[in-house]
Amino acid sequence: MSVSDARLMTINIGPQHPSTHGVLRLIVELDAEKVVSCTPDIGFLHRGIGKIAESLTYEQFLPYTDRLDYLACFINNHGWAMAAEKLFGIEPPRRAEYLRVLLAELARIESHLIWLGTHLLDLGAITPLFYCFREKEMIRDLFEEICGARMTHAFCRIGGVRDDVTPAFLPKVREFAAIFPKAIREYESLITNNPIFRARTRGVGVISAEKAIDYGLSGPSLRGSGVKWDLRKAEPYAAYAELDFEIPVGGRGDVYDRYLVRMEEMRQSLRLITQVAENLPAGPVLADAPQFLRPSKAEFHRNMQAMIRYFHITIHGASPPPGEVYAAVEGTKGEVGFYVVSDGGPKPIRVQLRGPSFVNLAALEEMARGQYLADLVAIIGSIDIVLGEVDR
Amino acid sequence: MGLIDDRFEKNFATDAVDTVLNLGRAYSLWPVAYGLACCAIEMIHTMTARWDLARFGAEVFRPSPRQADVMIVAGTVTHKMAPILRRLYDQMPEPKFVIAMGGCATAGGPFRTYSVVQGVDTIVPVDIYVEGCPPRPENLIRAFILLQERVKQMTIAKSPRVPAPPIRIEA
Amino acid sequence: MIPAQRDIGSLLLGDLAERLPGAVRELSRSCGECYLRVEPERLKELARFLKEQQAWQFAFLANISPVDWLTRAPRFEVVYHLRSLVFNYRLGLKVDVPDQSLSLPSLTGVWRAADWLEREAYDLFGVRFSGHPDLRRIMMPEDWQGHPYRRDFPLAGRAAE
Repeated sequence: MSVSDARLMTINIGPQHPSTHGVLRLIVELDAEKVVSCTPDIGFLHRGIGKIAESLTYEQFLPYTDRLDYLACFINNHGWAMAAEKLFGIEPPRRAEYLRVLLAELARIESHLIWLGTHLLDLGAITPLFYCFREKEMIRDLFEEICGARMTHAFCRIGGVRDDVTPAFLPKVREFAAIFPKAIREYESLITNNPIFRARTRGVGVISAEKAIDYGLSGPSLRGSGVKWDLRKAEPYAAYAELDFEIPVGGRGDVYDRYLVRMEEMRQSLRLITQVAENLPAGPVLADAPQFLRPSKAEFHRNMQAMIRYFHITIHGASPPPGEVYAAVEGTKGEVGFYVVSDGGPKPIRVQLRGPSFVNLAALEEMARGQYLADLVAIIGSIDIVLGEVDR
Repeated sequence: MGLIDDRFEKNFATDAVDTVLNLGRAYSLWPVAYGLACCAIEMIHTMTARWDLARFGAEVFRPSPRQADVMIVAGTVTHKMAPILRRLYDQMPEPKFVIAMGGCATAGGPFRTYSVVQGVDTIVPVDIYVEGCPPRPENLIRAFILLQERVKQMTIAKSPRVPAPPIRIEA
Repeated sequence: MIPAQRDIGSLLLGDLAERLPGAVRELSRSCGECYLRVEPERLKELARFLKEQQAWQFAFLANISPVDWLTRAPRFEVVYHLRSLVFNYRLGLKVDVPDQSLSLPSLTGVWRAADWLEREAYDLFGVRFSGHPDLRRIMMPEDWQGHPYRRDFPLAGRAAE
């Protein structure tokens, strides 16, 4: 920079700040209103979740994964369950795989709705927050219908999902699917062609495709720059290979494109939900793997061997063979990865939680350099970070 | 009393200063926007149209602690965050109140680790504990109403903080 | 259209044996992933090769995970997960961290994503990365003592904290 240091002003943003979406601290150097450098200081929510995993069995750790990306809890559960299933060698039944898609996509819509509401709130528009939360409440009711919890459900299980859905669930899903397209159109009518929104987001926070890949960006932040990469298509898991959906990509890699990508993703998620609701296969929702999974309660009451097995697995945990796995799912912010190392015992000896928000946040300085301070707020919102995933 | 007897009934109301002050304080408790983790999402839900905390006086979540009355600690407090929490609490003007929302703020939650403060009451005095992981919006509203009851028991004859034991709301 | 994923372990091993002999000690597989065990001194050269070669183009660094084996010598191992988005390849690299130096060459010059991932590895495990532009703690406060994810560090922290 050809600006002398005396002209630069250092300001502190956060960790308590309405626009940082959590406890994020930014140390920003400004030349008048332009950002010269922007250094994130993170770790204010570092809870040591990866280390906690080493002291719990695979089943016991599952509820902790909810607290990583707490906006889309089911998806983290799903990733962990997949990692454990690969280690144990368990395959979930088809009905469970379809239900996982349904619930993961509901979680994706929920997360995108809160992103939309808070992003627009940062830009000064209060109305979209209340509109988005109206639909978000409907999704919370859907989750409450099947498991009683509005968030942090721990509904996914190693080997499938915890329970089959209640009879009222699918009709409610269809109700939601019927009203949601109109809701998206409503948000778009307020936002997409709004001149203030366009002026604040077009050409702001641009990152090229090559730099995005180099920074390890994933999810909508990567797709906004034109890279057509989605783990649901690249390494199809659950039932994604059997379902129709598109991957939206942006053209320029600015804040506006990332907005468009997420709006279209909500539509594609709805498409997936509708397909699953129409074609949900019958069958069990939990795999039958007596060596690793607890028998059902019915078996427990009927069969002495099953009772012994049930107690043994509950008290000691099930042990997978020694090995390691890196399982990744397409989370709402990008690639949610679980690298798990097993030494043959009931507890993993190492769990690395790859949080996409952590990796994506590193690109903030790249996107914000040379932009105005007001743009910085728009850029943070467009990367869509959740601190639970950044700090773990 | 003889001076105003039967003369100004339609235009005057008389009451204790405490009642009037407490009425104002209880029904306009403005929270600090202090969401830390997952509980913050339920706090935002409580603020939006369906549960609408604004009905009970929490009209706006103030970004600045200097304009706020109550701090709802929603989420896990880490040792790195603790000094900032204390500073925010100190910056709030009296009378001020604290609601510890969720398992993590109450007692560290499921995170008994090297980096997590095992309960925000080790840093700031807490008035209401709300249990749950996260607590439902109804629980947070109940906490708010209980806080309002407490505020209505305050008196300017004594120091602002009501010297009563904190209340615990179960999930 | 994203190409279908396939196992390229043996192909890659063959290519490396020819172009970078001695860089890779062995190939192993676990749960559908190929892992190459890499000599620490050849790590940077190999990383650059994997990224820049037209046939491979591993331009995406997904993850860096140190593993603390505690009772083994060498004690620490760092596992890298790479992706080639163009061809849809996946690869794991495993590098033993020399016990004396507890240091590996930094890969920030190859993938920018390595910057924060290596800082996290340093903060939580104490593994240093020589050549890193700004190797300091990222999660814990700057003046914090200890490396919490090491297996001999107690989960609830030390009493002095």
